[in-house]
Amino acid sequence: MVDFGFSSYKSRFIDLDKVDTKLPTELFKEDEILRACIGCGGCSGACTAAQFTNFNFRLLHTLIRRGEYKEAKQEAEKCMLCGKCYMTCPRGINTRKIIQGIKRIF
Amino acid sequence: MSIYSNWSSYQKEIAEDKFYYARSCIRQNFFPGSEKAFLNILSKNLGKDILDDPLHTSCSGIAYHADILPFETTMTMVARQFAMMTEAGYENFVSSCITSFGIYSEVLETWHHFPEKEAQIREMLYKATKREFKIPQNVAHTSDIIFKFREGIREKGVNKLVNIHTGEPLKGVEHIGCHYAKVFPSKGIGGSEFPYVLAGMIEAWGGTVVDYPERRHCCGFGFRNYLVKANRGYSVSNTKRKLESMAPFQPDFILANCPGCSMFIDKWQYTLKQMDGVVYGQKAIPVLTYEELAGLVLGYDPWELGMQMHEVDVEPLLDKMGIKYDSSKKYEGVNGKKIGQPQRWEGCGKL
Ligand code: SF4
Ligand code: SF4
Repeated sequence: MVDFGFSSYKSRFIDLDKVDTKLPTELFKEDEILRACIGCGGCSGACTAAQFTNFNFRLLHTLIRRGEYKEAKQEAEKCMLCGKCYMTCPRGINTRKIIQGIKRIF
Repeated sequence: MSIYSNWSSYQKEIAEDKFYYARSCIRQNFFPGSEKAFLNILSKNLGKDILDDPLHTSCSGIAYHADILPFETTMTMVARQFAMMTEAGYENFVSSCITSFGIYSEVLETWHHFPEKEAQIREMLYKATKREFKIPQNVAHTSDIIFKFREGIREKGVNKLVNIHTGEPLKGVEHIGCHYAKVFPSKGIGGSEFPYVLAGMIEAWGGTVVDYPERRHCCGFGFRNYLVKANRGYSVSNTKRKLESMAPFQPDFILANCPGCSMFIDKWQYTLKQMDGVVYGQKAIPVLTYEELAGLVLGYDPWELGMQMHEVDVEPLLDKMGIKYDSSKKYEGVNGKKIGQPQRWEGCGKL
């Protein structure tokens, strides 16, 4: 392959028609209020693990919504299960339960 | 309330005759035959009066969009173009470049809302050159003109966008160019939602238009994206996205509106083959300008149209249309002197 001094980027295209939508439905059963997440990021701000890594519950939720389950499962491994995010969430989402669900379902 | 209430509000007024022609910097280098073809089609085939004035300059759009020139300088350059048109006795301005078309529209819109700017630029132009100008009656892009006369071109045409082997209409994908449809949508045919300028030509000449998912995506030129080498990955990735999106529909050709888009969609196919090893389509997809397509319909010789300057060979398309060409003359200049031959690459077309 020729080196032009620049390269093309891997596509970030996500084809939602190819995403298995049954899996998130299974996850929502852990705590249906996750559907009401407003994406405020309070959970990420309070997160103990986020102080040491780039881990972030809001991103985790976004990955699930986009069907990027493999990445979500990898990310979930970084959680320390301390539960601070649950205490912060204005919607009272049991975020810790969701994270455990991600590890189990995906 | 939306300025668009019905389909007629998506149309634009295009002058009938007596055009002052402003060339494009990029096209003169990469698609030099297209501009000559436009002049020939208008004057010889359609009998229109069009002036190819050697005194006009660049509109300075590339420098403006690359943040090298201030807007005042660009406005003064545009004012000079209008002065050349006025001095030549014309009132209908035709730009061969989408970027220029966007620039002219932006300058006129600025002067409309800020008359003091127009007064300032008139003064600057007069101080610098002792010239004065009239605002054009009509500003159009060259594709607008070809669109307007598309039926006349079909009537005079000898070729159709039909596969002579199968009798099926040829499949074209079109790329409209951001500065045509997205900067001032009301200045283009069909606005930004339904740009019809190229689709109208393909349909009028017997082909069919493929509505692919990334049809309205930018080609990625983006001026600084390309001009700064470190950003070029962004530029090529945009074209890659478009090509990935259109390839499954197996288009016979790509019709592009903008000098930059035609150049990048054509040349990046070579780059992507060398860089990533990917060829889109069975053997790359030929990229045409609308003048080249009109020229083929009217029976012009492909080499007279400058189609040997393309990175992706056009012969597969010519074969489908049943157009005769002399391969031995492909790299012969007008005076019979060889113009040099590009390196062949797998997938470029005929190989
Ligand atoms: S439970 Fe996990 S996600 Fe929530 S604050 Fe603790 S480490 Fe962060
Ligand atoms: S704190 Fe609760 S509502 Fe806010 S982003 Fe996190 S999960 Fe969603």
